[in-house]
Amino acid sequence: MLALLVVVSLILLTAYFGESGGGPFHSIQRGVIQVLSPVQDGASRALKPARDLFGSFGDSFHAKKQVGQLKKQVATYRQEAVQGQEAIRDAAEYAALLKIDRDTTQPVAQYTQKTARIIVRSVDNLLRDTIQVNAGSGDGVRLNDTVVAGDGLVGHVTTVAGDTSVITLITDQSSSVQARVIPRAHPRASYYGLLKPSVGNPTDMLLQLIPRDAKIADGDFVVTGGTRSGKLDPLYPAGILIGTVRNPSPVSIENDQEVHVSPAVDLRQLDFVQILTAPNGSAGGLRAQVGP
Amino acid sequence: MSERWQLTARLAALGLIVAIVQITAISQVTVFGVAIDISPLLVASVGLLAGSLPGAIFGFCVGLFIDTALVQTLGVTSLLFIAIGYWSGRLRELRDPSHSLVPMAVGAAATAIAVIGFVVLQFMLGVDAPVSWLLLRQIVVTIIVNTLLAIPVYALVRRAIRGSLPEDPRRRRRRAYTTGGLSPLQRPSQR
Repeated sequence: MLALLVVVSLILLTAYFGESGGGPFHSIQRGVIQVLSPVQDGASRALKPARDLFGSFGDSFHAKKQVGQLKKQVATYRQEAVQGQEAIRDAAEYAALLKIDRDTTQPVAQYTQKTARIIVRSVDNLLRDTIQVNAGSGDGVRLNDTVVAGDGLVGHVTTVAGDTSVITLITDQSSSVQARVIPRAHPRASYYGLLKPSVGNPTDMLLQLIPRDAKIADGDFVVTGGTRSGKLDPLYPAGILIGTVRNPSPVSIENDQEVHVSPAVDLRQLDFVQILTAPNGSAGGLRAQVGP
Repeated sequence: MSERWQLTARLAALGLIVAIVQITAISQVTVFGVAIDISPLLVASVGLLAGSLPGAIFGFCVGLFIDTALVQTLGVTSLLFIAIGYWSGRLRELRDPSHSLVPMAVGAAATAIAVIGFVVLQFMLGVDAPVSWLLLRQIVVTIIVNTLLAIPVYALVRRAIRGSLPEDPRRRRRRAYTTGGLSPLQRPSQR
């Protein structure tokens, strides 16, 4: 009996690993999560107070630490916001002069946003980071749709069933995002790289393959580049905030071509996410393009 | 209903309820930056109470349910949980440990097998990501947290399946040896 169980497990593992996303085992999984999603949704709502109670203990310590840092950041960002507004006004004037029809609104606003509640989170957070939400193909969600929260990138849709879908977070080991650093000291420059998770630490990511001569400073914004990192990878719209550069070292940039990035969204504290479904009419010039 | 079917029904209900609560609520609670996962403790407790074969079957079913519900590679968690359920059941059958801290030790070992085994299997399946020391730290913290949770989980499982557990032949023999086959109240010298 024991040998039978082990053999069945190995057969399942081999067959599942070898089949495509549309194979029988994947179909069974989609059927099961479709059936279970109402139960999981109910359980998630019912158990939310208990979850919040436990979470509040850790959060209060964490929040105290963050207050000082955030006050400093607010002062800096306020100053930059004024400069940004001036730049937007100038850009609009130049666009009008050159007769360029370019939408200057946020990239996220160009898509229909479907708000979804998180009903399941992956048990193991060491190598896999996925969440399951209560919105599926019936709500217009499609495979590889981009997912954001508070205008920061969360991940993309990897499995869709009727009323539910699974989202692979940017901190999952399989994730890779073409990203762009916008240096605050050199606003006209931008450095492209490949953003990968740092296994075992969901609050840290690595932007790799950046140019060796990149002038990157602490707190520089990292946004989506708008191209695919591979043929089968998801296509994130350009310009969505991913996070900020953390303590870049010139030696690390020169030798390893990488910097650490702190995600803008605290992926462990999410209750709701927005799934970017079909673009609203004309997507304008900010829509992502397929890379070479 | 026979004792065997009663145990099967109770284990099925226990596995389903705890697995759903685990993936919807408990996994979202973090301690020292690590999400809590009581499923290895559940399987180890069932093995420790019900024996190796029920433990292995229970581990297979719970693992398959978790793999399916979380849309992850089928067979990975079931394979690890079979080992945990069987090993904890064999410990009971061969050694029959009676110390009250045994569930803690078994829980720690079960969590170590689950976490390290999962990482090893994932790397064998082709994980392509840089590994930091934080991964090792997370593994250690997970084992420590689960060691502390092992006794409450064991008590919960024992309470859930106590009424339908089969009589253990080793315990029956030992009781017969120490009491002469009778309860102390029934011994002639104590009447």
